[in-house]
Amino acid sequence: MKKNLKLIIFLIFLIFCFIIFYKGLNKPNTYTPKNNAEKNLPIFKSEDFFTNTPIESKKVFGEKSYYIVNIWASWCVPCRKEHSLLMELNKNQSIKLIGLNYKDNLGNAKKFIDELGNPYMQILIDKDGTLAVEFGAYGVPETFLIDKNKKIIKKFVGPLNRGIVEEIKSIIK
Amino acid sequence: MKTLRIFLIIFLSIGFSQLESSEKNDELKNKILKNIRCLICQGQSVYDSESDFASSIKLIVNKKIKDGMSEDQVYEFLRERYGDWIIYDPQLNKNTYVLWLLPLLLFLVGGAIMRKKIIFKK
Repeated sequence: MKKNLKLIIFLIFLIFCFIIFYKGLNKPNTYTPKNNAEKNLPIFKSEDFFTNTPIESKKVFGEKSYYIVNIWASWCVPCRKEHSLLMELNKNQSIKLIGLNYKDNLGNAKKFIDELGNPYMQILIDKDGTLAVEFGAYGVPETFLIDKNKKIIKKFVGPLNRGIVEEIKSIIK
Repeated sequence: MKTLRIFLIIFLSIGFSQLESSEKNDELKNKILKNIRCLICQGQSVYDSESDFASSIKLIVNKKIKDGMSEDQVYEFLRERYGDWIIYDPQLNKNTYVLWLLPLLLFLVGGAIMRKKIIFKK
């Protein structure tokens, strides 16, 4: 009886190990961030893209409205792809788009905007990438949805697509 | 001449104290950077990585230290934005208590089994 019990415990242990390792096989070893945790909007100082004048976050997010913060750069190929979707979102009256120009050459960035259009209400300059870190970004492109209470309610890593745009539209309805 | 000597002493002492504080800041910065995971690299700390993400983190850590943040405050700042995963040395909280307590539990169970065996042998 005692021998049987030991054998059963040993077998349960083996099955437990097998399940753990088997599950581990299918799990990707790259980090996938949690995108839906609500976070406070960071307080920061930056510069305006067109006028180079200093600007504070309080002024940028001054109105009680939904905001989208989109991190972009002229050297970023996926940013070019998502730009038409940003132009589409810009037509929506209940949302304001803020661009964050990430580690870019200003001349190239202005050419990018001239060529593809400006969907943003305001563009801020992030010369060294530290402003993107304040938002909790990993790189470029990345998009944050901010609600009327100035909370970051969604984070979209990578370029926007049709599904994401529809999701944003359904949230701000 | 005397005034010049006094001026020189004051100037040098200020220079040395600034050098010392910048050395301390560098030490703290490197310690923090070695304990931060580069989230877009494979198995590298921010200190070891040259990626865009790592270089931005290096700058912001430097800035936060200069602003007077302590080591724990810098970790907290990064944890708020990127979660516990960014720190190599996780703190004890509701998500990590199994990680911290399981080895202790195994040690206690193992110790209890060994004790029982030894007492049984006697």
